[in-house]
Amino acid sequence: MAFFELHGVKKSFAHTEVLKGIDVTLDKGKTLAIIGSSGSGKTTLLRCVNFLETPDEGRMYLDGRLLFDAAEKQSLSEKEIREKRLHFGMVFQNFNLFPQYTAFENLCLAPKLLAKERSDFKQNKKAIFGEIEEKARGLLGKVGLAEKGDSYPYQLSGGQQQRVAIARALAMSPDILCFDEPTSALDPELTVEVLNVLRSLARDNMTMIIVTHEMAFASEVADRVLFMDNGYVDFDGDSSVAFGPDCPSRRLREFVGSIEK
Amino acid sequence: MSFWDITLFLLKGFRISCLIFIVTLVIGIPLGMPIAICSMSRFKPLKAVSKVIVWIVRGVPLMLQIFIIFYVPGLVFNYQLFGSIDKYLLLNYGIEDSGRILAVLIAFALNYACYFSEIYRGGIESISKGQYEAGQVLGMTKGQIFFRVVLLQVVKRIVPPMSNEIITLIKDTALANCIMVAEIIKQANTLAATKALIWPLFYAGAFYLIFVGLLTVLLGMAEKKLSYFEN
Repeated sequence: MAFFELHGVKKSFAHTEVLKGIDVTLDKGKTLAIIGSSGSGKTTLLRCVNFLETPDEGRMYLDGRLLFDAAEKQSLSEKEIREKRLHFGMVFQNFNLFPQYTAFENLCLAPKLLAKERSDFKQNKKAIFGEIEEKARGLLGKVGLAEKGDSYPYQLSGGQQQRVAIARALAMSPDILCFDEPTSALDPELTVEVLNVLRSLARDNMTMIIVTHEMAFASEVADRVLFMDNGYVDFDGDSSVAFGPDCPSRRLREFVGSIEK
Repeated sequence: MSFWDITLFLLKGFRISCLIFIVTLVIGIPLGMPIAICSMSRFKPLKAVSKVIVWIVRGVPLMLQIFIIFYVPGLVFNYQLFGSIDKYLLLNYGIEDSGRILAVLIAFALNYACYFSEIYRGGIESISKGQYEAGQVLGMTKGQIFFRVVLLQVVKRIVPPMSNEIITLIKDTALANCIMVAEIIKQANTLAATKALIWPLFYAGAFYLIFVGLLTVLLGMAEKKLSYFEN
């Protein structure tokens, strides 16, 4: 069994079926690019992975164990969902940084709140917070913003904000990091700096799922490509095949062709 | 009457204006929160009840609400609640108008709580869904998301409309006049009617102006304090 698997995920909104039975497999340390036209269900799929939507049907496996089964969704408490969610990180299209906190505080807030639930928190508060802050500083450096820790989000460019958002997601040490069109809200020149961060994460073997419209980037960084069309998986395979001339899916060939023009 | 006498006479009234102002804020600001929460509730009956109350309270003149609250106990239940309090405190402690002031305070607190609730609701609903979702994917609880992420952003957004209401409130206190509470305008009017003096009316206006000036400075400081971030 692969590191991460989705089996038969279905999701409807008000009688419109958005996901019509999706299967995904992803090995540890690999990058999966999800591509497809608007309304094909890419974002909904990513939101299901992050428990922002609850699938109507389907199962999710992580690291060999069943993480979620839609048949038992009623019995899940908020706390359980919260714990399951921590396996995944999410980077949004429009960053969603917390405006009243500095970049550094954005990174530290959630880890510190989570640390309060640890049984040894009271005795080791200083050490635990110190560790979190050190990690946050390291992550800001990793995304090239070591100097910007004290800036508020409004003082940063879109590309910088998105890099802070990536660092913030990494601060929770997720098993899989998800990106929902991370560069769609950015100018082309700012897109580059965000994509560079993604490249370096791929080199470090971070397991990632990226919903993107950047075809060149997807073909360069992704190990696997999932092409979604109208709620179905139309193509699922190696990115070399997906973007190669011998791609078995006519629709994917057309899609890639139409975007490159 | 000397200038000093008239100042004291007006101050006696302005004390009551300030009392109404402060008590209305102390009760109305927190009371607006549960009303706002009910108005946003997914439980339909609760939402409906709260919306109807807000509609009535905001839809009917405050003066009428003061009359109704003051007269209903006596004229409907045949027990002059506020009149009895008036008499009791006057005879035993020499405090004037206490029952009437109580009726005014009830009307004001309820009325302003409803206005505040709508400001809170607008503020809370203006925060983007993305802020909640960002908190969720970082493993935060609903309470943590509200208190650590959303609340301060809401406060920042509601300071300007709240400032407006608060400034309106000090001037609305003059409505207590309608059930003969001796607030500052009633005092000034008494001077005009009994001593044929016009200037105390202008003098009373100066009290309001100074008060509103101070409020404007204070509320401006609050706004400035929250200007370190943008949302």
